[in-house]
Amino acid sequence: MFEKILVANRGEIASRVIRTCKDMNIKTVAVYSEADQNAPYVSLADESYLIGKPRVNESYLNIEKILKVAKESGAQAIHPGYGLLSENAEFAKKTEEAGLTFIGPDAKVISMMGDKIAARAEMKKAGVPIIPGTDEAVASADEAKDWANQFGYPVMLKAAAGGGGIGMQAVYNDEELEKAFEGNSKRAQTFFGDGKMFIEKLIVDPRHIEIQVLADKQGNAVYLFERECSIQRRHQKVVEEAPSPVLSEKTRAKMGESSLKAVQTLGYSNAGTIEFMVDDEENYYFLEMNTRLQVEHPVTEEITGIDLVEQQLKVAAGESLVITQDDLEIQGHAIEVRIYAEDPNTFYPSPGQITKLVLPEGEGIRHEVAVKGDSQVTPFYDPMIAKLIAYGANREEAIERLTKAIHEYEIEGIKSNLTMLKRVITHDNFKAGDTKTTFIQNYYLPTLTNH
Amino acid sequence: MNEVKASMAGSVWKLVAKQGEEVSEGQDIAILESMKMEIPIPSESSGTVKELKVEEGDFVNEGDVIAIIE
Repeated sequence: MFEKILVANRGEIASRVIRTCKDMNIKTVAVYSEADQNAPYVSLADESYLIGKPRVNESYLNIEKILKVAKESGAQAIHPGYGLLSENAEFAKKTEEAGLTFIGPDAKVISMMGDKIAARAEMKKAGVPIIPGTDEAVASADEAKDWANQFGYPVMLKAAAGGGGIGMQAVYNDEELEKAFEGNSKRAQTFFGDGKMFIEKLIVDPRHIEIQVLADKQGNAVYLFERECSIQRRHQKVVEEAPSPVLSEKTRAKMGESSLKAVQTLGYSNAGTIEFMVDDEENYYFLEMNTRLQVEHPVTEEITGIDLVEQQLKVAAGESLVITQDDLEIQGHAIEVRIYAEDPNTFYPSPGQITKLVLPEGEGIRHEVAVKGDSQVTPFYDPMIAKLIAYGANREEAIERLTKAIHEYEIEGIKSNLTMLKRVITHDNFKAGDTKTTFIQNYYLPTLTNH
Repeated sequence: MNEVKASMAGSVWKLVAKQGEEVSEGQDIAILESMKMEIPIPSESSGTVKELKVEEGDFVNEGDVIAIIE
């Protein structure tokens, strides 16, 4: 096992990884930007190194600088967390070339799954159901229109290199497609350096259900059931739970088997997630694969009792998985809510100075927090500042505990989405499991006119 | 004369209007990027863009002047 690792990330995920390393007696090295000097994870690590200015390009995305710190500090491996460099194939490759272990899959797999067109082709090969769409990038708005007219509207435009909802738009007719194509292609070029677009049928009112997988370098793989992450705002997840409130045992097993086929076809190792869209008839279609640990991984940990970071470290160190599919069973129910520094009505960011932070306590309550009571929330990074996770013997108990906890939660000095989360988790439709991707649009936004 | 101010801290992702351009009320002058989100900054009045006070890539704080409309 590694003796020392560098965590190439920030915020709550850096703290999360460091905590498991402490449990495993592994020393940790943190890196931080000028904006994060007082962040909790910086003092939690055994060693911390300032790597640059607040903007990510000048710190957290500076591959050379991070590798230099890793070498100088004597780290043997790098955990990339999520976001930032976690799905950067060049970083994975350079880490390995520097004689260090990248705690994640092979650079080639990251690269393939990062390109949505290549990922679709690979999944098709593995026999995983995919949404009808173009196998190649569409060259122009006219070509996209021809496809949409042949297969019928509505369609979804997507940036091949996209993520986080950027470059993605649902379109319902020729006129909208004309406008959306150019704008999204330009945006994708700006954000990802690649303006390639592809097009697929829009699955109306779907659920977003994803399968967690774990695979070792010896070819063993297991799936750790699903997470349902349908409640989203601006195409980004807000509430995640495990298991899904609606999925049948039969579909769960089928999705798990499909995911294992994907893993085997790719020669994948480490933790990964296959994301699917699921319609009312429980037909499921491959959406994308995340070749890293995910934000919402705690709900899977809660219902399986498995520490995913620990497994990532073991697999990266070359150990074989000791867990088999037969060992795994769903125990209870877990729900996670993401706490964002943002206006709960407009979803606009709200950077600023936190003046008070009260974290609730109680049975089955878990926190993953990036801030302290006096933290400055800067505009340089993602607005997610904490995650609150509630576990219960069943969904009702998890909701009950989450509801109690969220009403005790206090954040002052900046705006947060706590009021939005309270309304979501206490909504009758949420309690009934009516948690589709249109939840916010159908049940939350209409309530704002009354406030 | 009206000042168009940043509604929050962030960096100037794109300047939509040009100096000397006629703009109408509500038209975007610039787009800021804050916490990985694009925030449009519209003009609160119609007129001519007399001066742009920032360049693309600049970091602005809430209340900083982005443009002057005459």
